[in-house]
Formats: sequence, structure tokens, C-alpha cells
Amino acid sequence: MNWKTNSRTARTATCRSCRPFGPHGVRHPAKTLLGTCLPYSLLLPVLLLFSCEREERPLVVQPPLAQDASLPQISDLVPGPKHNKGPSVANPDENNSWMMAEGKRFYEAYNCVGCHAHGGGGMGPALMDEKWIYGYEPQQVYATIVEGRPNGMPSFRGKISNDQLWEIVAYVRSLSGLANQWAANARDDHIKGGSPPNSIPEGTPHNSSEPQPR
Amino acid sequence: MSAAEFQSALNPAASESAHIAHLWWIFFWVTLVIFALVAVFLFIAILRNLRRVPDDPERAIIPEPAQATESRATKVVSALVVITVLILFALLIGDFFTGNAIYATPDPKALAIKVTGHQWWWEVQYQDPQPSEIVTTANEIHVPVGKAVKLELQSTDVIHSFWVPNINGKKDLVPGHPTTTWFTARRAGEFRGQCAEYCGEQHAHMRMVFVAEPPDAFSNWLSAQKKPAPEPSSDSQRRGREVFLASQCVMCHTIQGTKARATLGPDLTHIGARKMIAAGELPNTRGYLAGWILNAPALKPGVRMPPNQMSADDLNALLDYLESLK
Ligand code: HEC
Ligand code: HEC
Ligand SMILES: [Cu+2]
Repeated sequence: MNWKTNSRTARTATCRSCRPFGPHGVRHPAKTLLGTCLPYSLLLPVLLLFSCEREERPLVVQPPLAQDASLPQISDLVPGPKHNKGPSVANPDENNSWMMAEGKRFYEAYNCVGCHAHGGGGMGPALMDEKWIYGYEPQQVYATIVEGRPNGMPSFRGKISNDQLWEIVAYVRSLSGLANQWAANARDDHIKGGSPPNSIPEGTPHNSSEPQPR
Repeated sequence: MSAAEFQSALNPAASESAHIAHLWWIFFWVTLVIFALVAVFLFIAILRNLRRVPDDPERAIIPEPAQATESRATKVVSALVVITVLILFALLIGDFFTGNAIYATPDPKALAIKVTGHQWWWEVQYQDPQPSEIVTTANEIHVPVGKAVKLELQSTDVIHSFWVPNINGKKDLVPGHPTTTWFTARRAGEFRGQCAEYCGEQHAHMRMVFVAEPPDAFSNWLSAQKKPAPEPSSDSQRRGREVFLASQCVMCHTIQGTKARATLGPDLTHIGARKMIAAGELPNTRGYLAGWILNAPALKPGVRMPPNQMSADDLNALLDYLESLK
């Protein structure tokens, strides 16, 4: 019995048909592997470049601090248009599609839709236009939701966790093109006039002092 | 009971799963016999040919067969192919009759239950022509033994699949496309269901408790579920209700009889009477409940319920209240 030679013959026989290996036997497998993989492995750094900008999607969120979040104080009595807006607070959620999609989910689940529709407004003012009564900066929108506003906007203080609030803020701002357009939601599950958030041209947001018509 | 009993298609508790188990055993024995035959012939072939391996490496391993051997082999192989096709066809017929028995025309008087899949829990609604008689609960399905049940399946987000192996096969819950399935439980028992279509991070922890019980026990259970939440009977429970109503819980949960009427999370009207929480993931004990309320994402990462911060006294009161919701 000579299994070794047998299998050896068989292998050389098959390998003759494949050109790159040449007629004189088998190339070292490691070399073959390197030869095939090298061009592809050069692509790897390029792919890694992309993943640098990969979005974070934390599974475990930090405990909420909605109750003790430090809100920009507009006025003790009348939250109104004549406030100085202070430095803008960056909201990292505005660069993150997942967070904004979550914001949208809560916007619907917490019935912002009931009063503001999907941005077009109803009993509450439109949120997809460039007119803002109480300010468009992230911390101002946050304050509006947490504190409520006198002409019918209820306060959600203690009712929505801090993480979710910032997600809602990011989504609300994306409705008028103020959030990162590369991350804003593209598709809408609802019939809605106008463009999806990722293709809304950014208008010039301004604080309007006259109350919205209703 | 071991998992092999309460979550097993081979331990049927309904007419449908009995059909499936029956078919499974037919397939099992037929394929086992064929497997054994193939193994036996394979061994015979190996043993016979071991002696015939040539010493000269330049000669072909398998010698040219004689003409007679060749034609005999052709006949045997053709016959085996025909037999294989016939066996497969017989199995197909068995499969067809099983499918027919499972999807037989439903009983028009069947008990209708609407099951809605959410990431990652089950909403269960016992239908009734009278809206006030509709019962909503979650993650726990009770059915009477001996009565046909019609499940109307829906999903609010992604595709899920309803599967209680002891009861019936899988049925998908497709968003925007209601599906239906039927079964009749044949013996009492407590079983475990499991989502059977990957639906996100916590798919593996999207389970449900399935209880088949005698009709009397079932109607007792159902009429208890119909009642609104019991009024708190102690100061601590009263405070617990205030804590619940004053915090985020009301944005997502319903407790019938209070102002909490949101549907983003499971109905908690009778949470105290449930065996498990978090979609069959944790036993419904005070400790797990407390851990869940304080930091659900730590127990079920990715879960759609945020962590909650509250004082120890508030938490205790809230637990007293939730446990009283029998
Ligand atoms: C009961 C109806 C109602 C609900 C529910 C409601 N709002 Fe409002 N909202 C209003 C009204 C009315 C106003 C205008 C208040 C005013 O002019 O003082 C308003 C104002 C606002 C503003 C300020 C707009 C501006 O121009 O400055 C924002 C932002 C806003 N709402 C977001 C939300 C979000 C987010 C939710 C859901 C968490 C929500 N609202 C839920 C009625 C509602
Ligand atoms: C943002 C919405 C949201 C909020 C706020 C919320 N929950 Fe939940 N809750 C859920 C969801 C979603 C589930 C189902 C989770 C799962 O099993 O995947 C759940 C599950 C539960 C369960 C287990 C129910 C079961 O049958 O498995 C209990 C108990 C519970 N929540 C209590 C509370 C309490 C108490 C609060 C307030 C302190 C609260 N929840 C706040 C969304 C929420
Ligand atoms: Cu699933």
C-alpha cells in the first residue's frame, strides 16, 4: 500500500490544470495566500477610515437626570420671547441617526403628534418652519418640553428621561433642517407634506415674537 | 418540569402539535432506517475495497469495472433513485395531510386572541364584541383546554414569530399584514413560548408564559383580568400609586382604573398576578421587580424601558403597589 504517493500523484495531476501554479508542483500555500490577499488587505485601512466615524449606539443608557437637569432659566414667571439665549449647548444626538429615530419614535408615542402633527402643526405651532417662539437652540427646545409653555404646551418635567429628551430635541430640530443632515431620518412612515428630515433645506431660524395663529 | 417538557414540540399539548409530533416521528424513523442502511452498505464497500488497493502507485486507484458489474450497478442505482423518490413522495403526502389538519377551517365560535409583537415583548388582547369586556395583558397567555382558539397576529415594528412548541408550529407576525393561526389545547399545563424570528438585540429574551387550564380556571382568570386595578389598601400602596402616576411610568404603561393609559409598554393592570416579568425573562419577585424598575437596560440591554431614579422609600411604596395589582 502506498497512499502517500498515490495522493501526491493525484494532487499534481489536478494542479497541472491550473496555470499559476506551473507544471512543476505546488507553490507554497502561504505564498499563494499572500499573493491573493495583499491587494485586498490594502483596502482594509480605507475601510477602517470609514468605521472611525461609526455611530455609537449604547445599549445601556445612563440613569436619567430629568428632574435635576440644569435648565437655562428664561424667566421665573414668563417664559417668553424676550430672553437672552446664552451659549448654545451641543447635542451629540444630532449627529446620530439612531438617536434621532428614537426621538421620532418618542415624539409619536408621547403624543407630540396630537398637537403638532408630524411637524406641520395643529393645535400647537408647526415645528418644521423656521419660526420659533421660544428659541431653536437645543437647550431652548429642551427647556420648552420640560417646562411647558403658557399657551397650551404641557410640561413634561419628570415624565421623560433625560436621554429621551435630548433624542426628541434632536428630532424636533431635524424637522426644520437644524440637525446634521447626514444623520437625519430619510424615510417617513406617515403621509406628510414636505421633505423628509434629511433633505429639508436649513432656513434661517428666527425667534418670532407674535404668537402663532390658531 | 425540565425544558425538554415545557418547551418541546415532542411533548404535544394541543391537537395541532400532536399532528406535528406524529409527523416528526414518522420522518425520524424513516430517515433513521435509511441512514442505518446507508451506513451499513458504506462499511461493506470500504471493507471490500480495502483489500483491492493496488501496490503500484502509477495505476489508477479504482480499476476499470467489468462490463457485467457496470450494468448491474446501473440497475441498482436506478432502482435506489426510484425508491428514494417514492419515499420522499410518501413523506410529502404525510406532510401535506399534517398541514391540512393544522390549518383546518377554524371554528367560528373560537376564542379570539389578538397578539401584537413589540420589540421585545408580547401584547395579548382577549377580543370581545363588547369593548368594555376586552382584556389586555402581556407576555402571558391563558387558554381553556378543549376550546378552539384563534390567534390574530400583528406587529408594530419588525417581523416576529409566535412559537409555543408544545401547542403549534411557528407563525410570523408581520407589520401591516395581520396573520392568523388556530389551535385547540388538549391538556392542562404551563409552557414557554419564544419569538422565533430574529427581531433585534433582545430577540432571545422575547418569551412568554403559556398556560392551558381547565375551562373553569380559565374563566376565573379572565374575569379577574377584566376588573380594573384594585384600589390600594394601605398607605404605602397609595403612595406607590402616586409615585407611579407622577413619574415617567405613565408615559408608557397602562393601569386600568387610573390615569395611566399609555401603550408603549406592557399593560400593568394585573402585573402582580403574572408569573414572570420582562417577557418571560425574570421571575416576578420583589427583588427582580425592583432591579427592573431601577435599571431595566442593565438586565435586558437595549430594552425600550429607561432606567428610573427614585428614593428607596418611593421604590418600596411603588413595589408594594405593583405587587398588590393581582
Ligand atoms: C396638548 C397639546 C400639546 C402637546 C401634547 C405637545 N405640545 Fe408642544 N406646544 C403646544 C402649544 C399649544 C405650543 C405653543 C405654546 C405657546 O405658544 O406658548 C407648543 C409649543 C411647542 C414648542 C415651541 C415651538 C416654538 O415655536 O418655540 C416645541 C418645541 C414643542 N411644543 C414641542 C413639543 C414636543 C416635543 C412635544 C411632545 C413631547 C409636545 N410639544 C407636545 C401644544 C402641545
Ligand atoms: C419609555 C417607555 C417606558 C417607561 C417610561 C417605563 N416603562 Fe416599563 N416597560 C416598557 C417596555 C417597552 C417594557 C417591556 C420590556 C421588555 O420586556 O422588553 C416595560 C416593562 C415593564 C415591566 C414588566 C412588565 C412585564 O409584564 O414584563 C414593568 C413591571 C414595568 N415596565 C414597570 C415600569 C415602571 C414602574 C415604570 C416607571 C418607574 C416604567 N415601567 C417606565 C416601557 C417603559
Ligand atoms: Cu424575535
